[in-house]
Amino acid sequence: MSGAEHKRITDASKRYAAGVLKYAQMGYWQPDYEPKESDVLALFRITPQQGVDPEEAAAAVAGESSTATWTVVWTDRLTACENYRAKAYKIEPVPNNPSQYFAWIAYELDLFEEGSIANLAASIIGNVFSFKPLKAARLEDMRLPLAYVKTFRGPPTGIVVERERLDKFGRPLLGATTKPKLGLSGKNYGRVVYEALKGGLDFVKDDENINSQAFMHWRDRFLYCMEAVNRASAESGEVKGHYLNVTAGTMEETYRRAQFAKELGSVVVMIDLVVGWTAIQSISNWCRDNDMILHMHRAGHGTYTRQKSHGVSFRVIAKWLRLAGVDHLHTGTAVGKLEGDPMTVQGYYNVCREVVNEVDLPRGLFYRQNWGGLRKVMPVASGGIHAGQMHELIDLFGDDVVLQFGGGTIGHPMGIQAGATANRVALEAMVLARNEGRDIRNEGPHVLLSAAKSCKPLQAALDTWRDVSFNYESTDTSDYVAIESVA
Amino acid sequence: MRVTQGAFSFLPDLTDPQIRAQVEYCLRNNWAVSVEYTDDIHPRNTYWEMYGQPMFDLHDAAGVMSEIVACRNTFPKHYIRVNAFDSTLGWETIRLSFLVNRPSDEPGFRLRRVGSEGRVQRYLIEAYATDKPAGRRY
Repeated sequence: MSGAEHKRITDASKRYAAGVLKYAQMGYWQPDYEPKESDVLALFRITPQQGVDPEEAAAAVAGESSTATWTVVWTDRLTACENYRAKAYKIEPVPNNPSQYFAWIAYELDLFEEGSIANLAASIIGNVFSFKPLKAARLEDMRLPLAYVKTFRGPPTGIVVERERLDKFGRPLLGATTKPKLGLSGKNYGRVVYEALKGGLDFVKDDENINSQAFMHWRDRFLYCMEAVNRASAESGEVKGHYLNVTAGTMEETYRRAQFAKELGSVVVMIDLVVGWTAIQSISNWCRDNDMILHMHRAGHGTYTRQKSHGVSFRVIAKWLRLAGVDHLHTGTAVGKLEGDPMTVQGYYNVCREVVNEVDLPRGLFYRQNWGGLRKVMPVASGGIHAGQMHELIDLFGDDVVLQFGGGTIGHPMGIQAGATANRVALEAMVLARNEGRDIRNEGPHVLLSAAKSCKPLQAALDTWRDVSFNYESTDTSDYVAIESVA
Repeated sequence: MRVTQGAFSFLPDLTDPQIRAQVEYCLRNNWAVSVEYTDDIHPRNTYWEMYGQPMFDLHDAAGVMSEIVACRNTFPKHYIRVNAFDSTLGWETIRLSFLVNRPSDEPGFRLRRVGSEGRVQRYLIEAYATDKPAGRRY
């Protein structure tokens, strides 16, 4: 398009004459705009349709995610419309991808209701993703200004308080999801929970689709699981837990289930991401009032986070969930069966755990983000991992993570207790070795083999899963090459 | 039974050189090491007795080791743990905790069930050892 077409029209009589203008002409493209500390910032990856110029496409995203419609309206003039208009202020081509652009957009803080992810999401992703002039759009990252962050309560428990309540420090926590995830009766289900906890796990977990089906009603599950948790606690002298999934069809029923979990003495409840933002913030408040750890299973996220060209990056979802207030969040394993490039996954972990995120392009973090004292979320690594990968997991993710070995516990050839023990011994041996100064990334397999000399279950686990790995190419990777100093 | 509190209880009991290596790791991280002991090993017993203050200004592993040994000599049949405290902003909590002594005989815990409404059970966990007064257990 010609120069005039992406110049903002400042003469009010021309700007507000009835008819259709380019979004850039309406004022949604302002390359000289300097974002304020208090602005909400968003970075979109956009793929304009053939013939649509990238500045206009970026302006359209800014317009459709704030005040614009397709035509000029005179009622703009009843407002301080300059203030409410989002501004696209920078575009740049995506490295090595000529059809895509990064569009940098700033939003005035007044556009957002305090303490409401539903409102934030409706604004930022409510409209633009179906917009015809774009072939595809993806929300890559956001910077939430400190003033806005402080309107959220954040995690009810957080890493620090969770560890203090459990009295477990200096090593990753260990979990497993009960398998098979569907079909077990309450009594049989509780057996799996007991064996795994007694064998050495800290937590066992309901899966995302365990709610209240004909084969196992929820009260039965809760009662048998808490029998298992208390038995295992008495057998070990440790605090143990089972993530009781309280996800239900209505919020009333969800609260009823959470209340019962509390009456039975559970330390943790679980909710699925599919319940939606308002329900998440509500159950988070309930957890705060009831001293409960809130485990978030990110069920369904892959429908919009995985493809690089279209959707919402998981790092944005992780930011929203830290604001909304969850204590545990599944953030990927990098080495297991589910999607995840190692550095991109580390970026999610940093969103969960750091006090301030610095800009880190190879890890996909485009902005400095100050969390304003909001508690830290415990990341959860789950999906196709086993004891033989312990050194890789600890090297990638450190101590503040829940490592969940479902199949890797329950599928152990010597039984569930043995599977749990194998994982716990592998974990403790690896942490001990790392603390002693050993290079576990390279010496890890050797550390495992020597720990297995005094632990038959670990030897059996290593023999069974020795060659299992999931080396597929990730779809969601950084566009920036890691340089030595940040890699 | 074997109480498995602390970071390394699934491994064979740590030797003194192994303990010292962990203490050195804590000191490298600028964490303050402290020693605590108890003969009430309940999973919810947060406050063990402090064997002196956290050693904020002691940066020498040999010094810490002598405290551990002194505590062991005074309380040979108690559970003793080493904690490392991190005062960094956003943590301000213990970053590593592991056992360095345990009684040779660990009788374990009784699980009491008290029937409540419907099928609900109230659970009570009690260490057999705490049937006796403090100091005469183990």
